[in-house]
Amino acid sequence: MASISMAADEGRGIRRPSALTGFWSWFTTVDHKKIGLLYGMTAFVFFIIGGLEALLIRSQLAGPDQTILNADQYNEVFTMHGLTMIFLVVMPMSAAFFNYLIPLMIGARDVAFPRINAFSYWLFLFGGLFLYSSWFLGGAPNGGWFGYAPNSTTDPTSGMTFYALGLLLTGIASTAGAINLGVTIINMRAPGMSFFRLPPFVWMGLVTQLLLVFSLPIITVALFELLFDRRWGTHFFDPTQGGDPILWQHLFWLFGHPEVYILILPAFGVFSEVLPVFSRKPLFGYQFVVFSGIAIGFIGFGVWAHHMFAAGLGPVANTAFGISTAIIAIPTGVKIFNWMATLYRGDLRFTAAMMFSIGGVAMFVIGGLSGVTHAVVPADYQQTDTYYIVAHFHYVLFGGAIFGIFSAAYYWWPKVFGHLLSEGLGKLHFWLMFVGFNLTFGPMHILGLQGMIRREYTYPASLGLTFWNQISTLGAFMIALSILVFTVNAVRTQMQKRPLETNDPWDARTLEWMTSSPPPVHNFDEIPVVHSLDEFWHRKYAQDKSGRLVPVQAGAADHGEPGEARGPSHAIHLPSPSYWPIIAALGLPTMAYGVIYSWWMVGLGAAVTLIGVYGWALEPSVAE
Amino acid sequence: MADVSIAKVRDEHETTTGLPHTKLAMWLFLSSECLLFGALITTYVLYRGASTKGPFPSDIFDIGYTSVSSFVLLASSLTMVLALGAAQRRDFMRMRLWLVTTAMLGMTFVGGQVYEFTAFYREGLALTTNLFGTTFFVLTGFHGVHVTVGILMLLSLTGMSFADRLPDDPAFPVEMVGLYWHFVDIVWIIIFTVVYLIPTGPVGK
Amino acid sequence: MSDIHVDRRDDEIEEHAVSHAGHPGSREYVRIFFILGAITAVEVAIYYVRDEMGGWFLPLLFTLMISKFAIVVLWYMHLKFDDRRFSRFFVMGLAGAATLYLVVLISFRVFLS
Repeated sequence: MASISMAADEGRGIRRPSALTGFWSWFTTVDHKKIGLLYGMTAFVFFIIGGLEALLIRSQLAGPDQTILNADQYNEVFTMHGLTMIFLVVMPMSAAFFNYLIPLMIGARDVAFPRINAFSYWLFLFGGLFLYSSWFLGGAPNGGWFGYAPNSTTDPTSGMTFYALGLLLTGIASTAGAINLGVTIINMRAPGMSFFRLPPFVWMGLVTQLLLVFSLPIITVALFELLFDRRWGTHFFDPTQGGDPILWQHLFWLFGHPEVYILILPAFGVFSEVLPVFSRKPLFGYQFVVFSGIAIGFIGFGVWAHHMFAAGLGPVANTAFGISTAIIAIPTGVKIFNWMATLYRGDLRFTAAMMFSIGGVAMFVIGGLSGVTHAVVPADYQQTDTYYIVAHFHYVLFGGAIFGIFSAAYYWWPKVFGHLLSEGLGKLHFWLMFVGFNLTFGPMHILGLQGMIRREYTYPASLGLTFWNQISTLGAFMIALSILVFTVNAVRTQMQKRPLETNDPWDARTLEWMTSSPPPVHNFDEIPVVHSLDEFWHRKYAQDKSGRLVPVQAGAADHGEPGEARGPSHAIHLPSPSYWPIIAALGLPTMAYGVIYSWWMVGLGAAVTLIGVYGWALEPSVAE
Repeated sequence: MADVSIAKVRDEHETTTGLPHTKLAMWLFLSSECLLFGALITTYVLYRGASTKGPFPSDIFDIGYTSVSSFVLLASSLTMVLALGAAQRRDFMRMRLWLVTTAMLGMTFVGGQVYEFTAFYREGLALTTNLFGTTFFVLTGFHGVHVTVGILMLLSLTGMSFADRLPDDPAFPVEMVGLYWHFVDIVWIIIFTVVYLIPTGPVGK
Repeated sequence: MSDIHVDRRDDEIEEHAVSHAGHPGSREYVRIFFILGAITAVEVAIYYVRDEMGGWFLPLLFTLMISKFAIVVLWYMHLKFDDRRFSRFFVMGLAGAATLYLVVLISFRVFLS
């Protein structure tokens, strides 16, 4: 692609960056596609790290009384495993796909606030690095991802301070990103793209952004209160002074429950895109899928205390939340039936993407079923804090969200990179991962009901837990192997760079497949005018009298030769690269380190952020 | 391959809804701030009367004093709205005047709080003295930080106006800062009532 | 928003001091400020006689507080005159916060004295 340079800004010392390609352009890019790639690559690295943490856990638990990790180390490892997978893998992976695809799917050229988009990525990266730096600076967080007080407020090592500050940093990044994507979806749709012509992936994206906007502030307050208790001796969660640790639980789970829907809704969106394409059928009950997504988001704010059934809230609260938790299964069930109906009588193609989506739906159903059993309060008294719960959330988060992410990867890989992943290796990846995953987490249902307690670094041989733990560890290593297969697939196909025969290798339904693969920097030469749901599909196919698909006149779909863009018919204004987002982002982790070590650093960080913000405000979004 | 020129002229920013991006974003942000301050206020209300030792609110609060600073903040909302009106009329001199006045009223408010808090401190109420100190100073502190950020934005707008760095339609950024500023005011409306005017403990205390 | 450019400053002030097309002018805004001030004065006044008011104190105080809140949001923040969608988003956050935190406080039995 031609490198586009422009005349530099005059007389202001440092030139505004102008390169759109090259190594350094990644640091100043405001292009949603590059930012999406940055999110994806970073999240993948964290996925490997979080996976290694998981292997450490499973190695330690493979047999009774092992000494690979001592109790303190185990606490750090399982805490970081959870924090990594939730905040540094699944959420940024969703951000990666949303960032890359949403503008393309709605026929836009970028997001509403491109520089804020860049800022969000850099702050996420710095927040993740900040969190991980704790390993070298006195110890990683060790209080679980849920950080219950007063354990979290009184732990003498500095890990939980890194926890509070690290999540505050990533939380700011996510809030900014959520407002950005929310405004983009509402305000930047192509002509004719009403809300009910939005692809379901975009709808799930919208609900996810709203969940983020309304839940993140709550944990922000919780984390500040935790930070203040630890760092400056306040008494928010200090019972000796009248404080109540239950307040932490409420604030945490008021965020924490919407958070799990934030983690799964993007995957639901992926399933809703992939299943129709590889069934050559429209999504069954599109409106039901959309409304149930909205319902899940809404009701998701009303179930948080089901994480607190054993906290002593009393029978009235427990009953109320047990009921609301049971109710939330309904809209989820609606989706599952609609996905099944989509497959029914479809012209099915079992590509890797399709297998991960079908597998994802199936695994989520299993996780959902155990979830329904948690909703029954007396049963939950037996299940809570055992491996039965660990089984549940891994089935929904790994089986649901991670499978969804891999499905998305196989599906959209050609769009992003211009070549396909190997289907053979993809299927190998799927089967290894599917079997390994079920071997790892299936037995945990049994272990939990046999009484194996969570968050314990070891167990004695006499409890009879050894056998299923061994199976589980075996499964974990199978998962690791499957990820190696995926990595090999990605690297090999990247080196081979076998070009696509067409921009639309899957014969897909939505707008992003109308443009070249990969898309040009400006996404579309002409913004398409949308007349229906699955607009691209209807441009390619009509139905004859018996309902069979008939290709529309050649050329009408107009997706051109692979890799080619014809050139726009008029000048396109794209937002220009900028230094300020990364500079502004850099000030915040500096302030965070300052909170721990030195007020000077707080001042320095604040100054850097302020300079970044002022530079940003004084710079036009499109360079002169 | 397409040769895309990055043109000089800014987009008209035609939006799907007809609503400007920034205004939509600002209302979403303020909506989320409701949850932020709601959590802090809830913490305060939850812990009302829970302190194991004094000083207690009734020992410390000077309602007359705080009423005055509440009026000051209310007045700043008026001057903010007048600044916007001036901007819309393209009367930039008055706009700058009202913006600066708003900032100064804000500074008076913050200054008044600083004075109030040092008085409390001298009377024995610090951040860690008791639960009241903790919840009070953190809630009002967060609010104060928000006011300070608002003051910075107001002064920046004024400075940019003098340096001719505001866009052709300066009413828009003034409106956006105004929305933020009014929000900070309505949070104080709640704090003043809930924290200062509602007695802790039995009626009469 | 007005495009009217009038040379004479007094006229301009007069134009915009009075409401037109439903949008408040400067004079209205000043009037609103005095209303807000009056409500605050009443709040403070009843604070000083709260013992005599008994059970009426809190409801009245909250009514006054909510009135001030609403007046600033509807007029100063212009929500009364702006597109409905802004109101919808703001109310989402406001109602959400009120509901969720009320439930939390209830679970702590805060309202049982």
